[in-house]
Amino acid sequence: MTDNAVRPARPSRLMQYLRRAALIRESWIGSIGLGIIVFWVAMALLAPLLAPFPPNAQYVPFMAPGFEMPQTGIFWLGTDHLGRDILSRLMWGARTVLFYAPLATVCAYAVGIVMGLAAGYKRGWVDDLLSRVADLILSFPILVLYVVIITTFGASGVNIVLAVTFASAPGIMRIVRGLVLDLRNRDYVAAAQTRGESSLYIMFIEILPNARGPLIVDACLRVGYVIITIGVLGFLGLGLPPPDPDWGSMVNETRGMAMTFPHMTIFPCIAISSLVLGFNLLADGLREVSLRD
Amino acid sequence: MTVPILEIKDLCLSYFTRAGEIPAVVDFNLTLNEGETAGLVGESGCGKSTVALAIMNYLGDNGGIVGGSIKFKGRDIVTMSTEELRRLRGADIAMVYQEPMAALNPSMTIGRQLAEVPICHEGVDMATALKRAEELLDAVRLPDAKRILAAYPHQISGGQQQRVVIAMALLSKPSLLLLDEPTTALDVTVEAGIVELIADLGRDFGTSNLYISHNLGLIRETCDRVFVMYSGEVVEEGSIDEVFQATRHPYTTGLFSAIPMPGSDKYDRPLVPIRGQLPLPHKRPPGCNFGPRCDHFVEGRCDARRIPLDRLSGAARPHAVRCIRWEEIDWAEYQPTQEVIEPMPPGERVLRVEAMQKYYEVTDRSLIAVLRGRNVRYVKANESLSFDARRQQTVAIVGESGCGKSTFAKVLMGLETATEGRIRFNGDEIADLPVEQRSAEQIGSLQMVFQNPNETLNPSHTIGSQIARVIKKFGIEKDPKKIEERVFKLLDTVKLPRDFARRRPRQLSGGQKQRVGIARAFAGNPAMVIADEPVSALDVSVQAAVTQLLMEIQRDHGTTLLFISHDLSVVRYLADRIVVMYLGQIMEQGTTDEVFSPPYHPYTEALLSAVPIADTSFEKRRIVLEGDLPSALDTPAGCPFASRCPRKLGDICDTTPPPIVEPAPGHRIACHIPLAELQAVPPVFSQKDDGDGGDAPVVAA
Repeated sequence: MTDNAVRPARPSRLMQYLRRAALIRESWIGSIGLGIIVFWVAMALLAPLLAPFPPNAQYVPFMAPGFEMPQTGIFWLGTDHLGRDILSRLMWGARTVLFYAPLATVCAYAVGIVMGLAAGYKRGWVDDLLSRVADLILSFPILVLYVVIITTFGASGVNIVLAVTFASAPGIMRIVRGLVLDLRNRDYVAAAQTRGESSLYIMFIEILPNARGPLIVDACLRVGYVIITIGVLGFLGLGLPPPDPDWGSMVNETRGMAMTFPHMTIFPCIAISSLVLGFNLLADGLREVSLRD
Repeated sequence: MTVPILEIKDLCLSYFTRAGEIPAVVDFNLTLNEGETAGLVGESGCGKSTVALAIMNYLGDNGGIVGGSIKFKGRDIVTMSTEELRRLRGADIAMVYQEPMAALNPSMTIGRQLAEVPICHEGVDMATALKRAEELLDAVRLPDAKRILAAYPHQISGGQQQRVVIAMALLSKPSLLLLDEPTTALDVTVEAGIVELIADLGRDFGTSNLYISHNLGLIRETCDRVFVMYSGEVVEEGSIDEVFQATRHPYTTGLFSAIPMPGSDKYDRPLVPIRGQLPLPHKRPPGCNFGPRCDHFVEGRCDARRIPLDRLSGAARPHAVRCIRWEEIDWAEYQPTQEVIEPMPPGERVLRVEAMQKYYEVTDRSLIAVLRGRNVRYVKANESLSFDARRQQTVAIVGESGCGKSTFAKVLMGLETATEGRIRFNGDEIADLPVEQRSAEQIGSLQMVFQNPNETLNPSHTIGSQIARVIKKFGIEKDPKKIEERVFKLLDTVKLPRDFARRRPRQLSGGQKQRVGIARAFAGNPAMVIADEPVSALDVSVQAAVTQLLMEIQRDHGTTLLFISHDLSVVRYLADRIVVMYLGQIMEQGTTDEVFSPPYHPYTEALLSAVPIADTSFEKRRIVLEGDLPSALDTPAGCPFASRCPRKLGDICDTTPPPIVEPAPGHRIACHIPLAELQAVPPVFSQKDDGDGGDAPVVAA
């Protein structure tokens, strides 16, 4: 109840959301994070237009950044051990990361939210069962879990999404459960119960929308973690199958030569870190803005 | 001339937020002498707590003192260094907060927390500090001080906690004590004890007190001088007698007619709500802040310029009013427009509760309990409740927290089922019928208005969609056009503009949200509505409007109202019948007049006496209960009230359940004391001889 007790009819819903989203400008940390993410999204979307070379085309290997080949063009970030342009591979690689990381996060959230809502709202044996299952999954070292899943089912985009969902859903479930335990005691939930609403309606329509604030912040952080995970899987050779560009595999393939040709390893590393940083900063910014009155 | 303890001159405080500078308090003056108690009274957002924080110079990052001075014993707090302030806070100026549990550290024993104060401020050793702490616990009338010193905060009750907090504040022998709503979180009978303690503080400890409250009755019982605040300004100040008997400011008069007094009656002398709502701090009107809500507003004069605080006499500390028309308004002639409601005769019986029981099973999972084979115990939330409610009647269930009134509401609504007994509602047996098994019609005819306006509506959905959902759910209308029409009609009924349908709850004030809650409850044309403390979380000036609205809708729909409350003054005003509950059992029931006059059950008597009364023409007997509510896990074998009863007869009260006596048909009292003796008890309220019939506020000629 600050400034809006008496305000005339408001513009459309979309405008409202955009206006709320624009509040992120008030946090400079959030703005920087958003800037980095927007930069990489632009790179990924515009890769076919902007990338100077096809990602898998081979030229002269081991060329330093800025090397210019007559008739072909400039290799701004140099070439790798197979003579492929690193800049172009980074741009195309952004597509992979920015497609699979959010997708995996959304899947993990879908599962985690359903589990968390059921556990938090139903309580009793449902809660006991789901919580124990979650404990069981969380008690595994997460990396071992990934390795087991990927080596069993094979390395592919879908399996990465599955692995991330399996490993992250219990953590999300715990967050959702905690929020639901608080929200389920609100009077509007009691009001819904006393007019005979079904559990599904109460969980998804009455409770879930009110838990969105903390969940959005957490989702932002989690996308960052998933990017790291995809990088790690690529580094372990469990990422997307070659030759398609993948930041993690780029680091992995060139790490033996990192001392002699550091540019081949460093640029993919910077790409991963900057994108993760971007999501972390955005999450911080969102939290900061949402806490302000 | 002695230097006053506290002297505030022309103080202006502001908060700095996204929207810019917001003046929270403007032009505030206050002088407090030794041993005096001053009261700051006002509704939420009027700046009273900000003043208290400013006195500690503790406004936080976004607040600041913009002008004026705060002199504590002649030294200006505004210009003090951090180190000087640190020495002052807690030592010379102490504060008591609203939530005692939040003010105490849960991981330390009471003794250690109390001892910290003298150790920190005077450098005494632990043994001396503990001894001092013990003495003070005695002084704030806590029995068994040694046990409490060794206890952790969660091991003692809320009332005891607040006494500990007061003792802690007094330990460093402060000259000034700031009390910010110290009893708001407590039960009425516990509140009565704390209020008595606070009233004696100045005399027993020589402290000067600044008492902050929204409750006029409490201010009257504790303070010497009162400052009425509205929207950041003091609108009226003076001694208790001046302000309460010769009220001058239209806002103060409005407050007095908006709260239920012993003289008010829902038919003959209904409450008069103050129309409109508090202006937001950055949208204050020009001139008088109260102007838009005032019946005596004169265009061109009241909104021309800022209104100064006018002194009524040349005395050193005169009665002062911030109103340019105080000399012109003839309060004796003034008749506020009020809607008189025709008395509603009770109709046929709608609800009959017969020997209803609700026990909760508590399983003790400890090994010892399992070995002993006695691991299930019962919380007796409701024990053999029996009463009736009729059409158009308002039945109030009164009791303190933990008396089982909310459990009863849950059973009625079908969120829980009764352990035993029967509930007949509209001819259907519903005691064993959980809400999932009830028909849409049954559900729609029994609805509820909730207590907390901020929780009653889902913040994620628009007002319109929330009301529409109820209409759809109860199958009243199917066609979207007709549903919308009905939503508009319901908004009309609760006197809200139709475009509120598109708003979200956060754009509404507390009173407006509560109105939407009422609209939602009445969407299915219910035969009975349960109202669980529907106005207790609202501001005083809004409470009356919501109460009146509830009664109007009740009259128009012929609804039975089951009103759950702890506030006897509201109940007296609103209810036709009253059921007094204690520890899950009915202690007394009868019509309002029967319950409010002798013979009383001793618990009713204590409850009545605990209600603070703002009407100076009434006197009341003080009965302060000892001890706290026993646990519902180990209910006494005899009378549940025996452990606190001031009229306890002897062992019979502890061992034998009390018989029910019926002094008049329908008026039942559960007590061992012979009826003749109960009838001989004098009434709790009596009119003073010079009073003129509870004409509140009384205006001096």
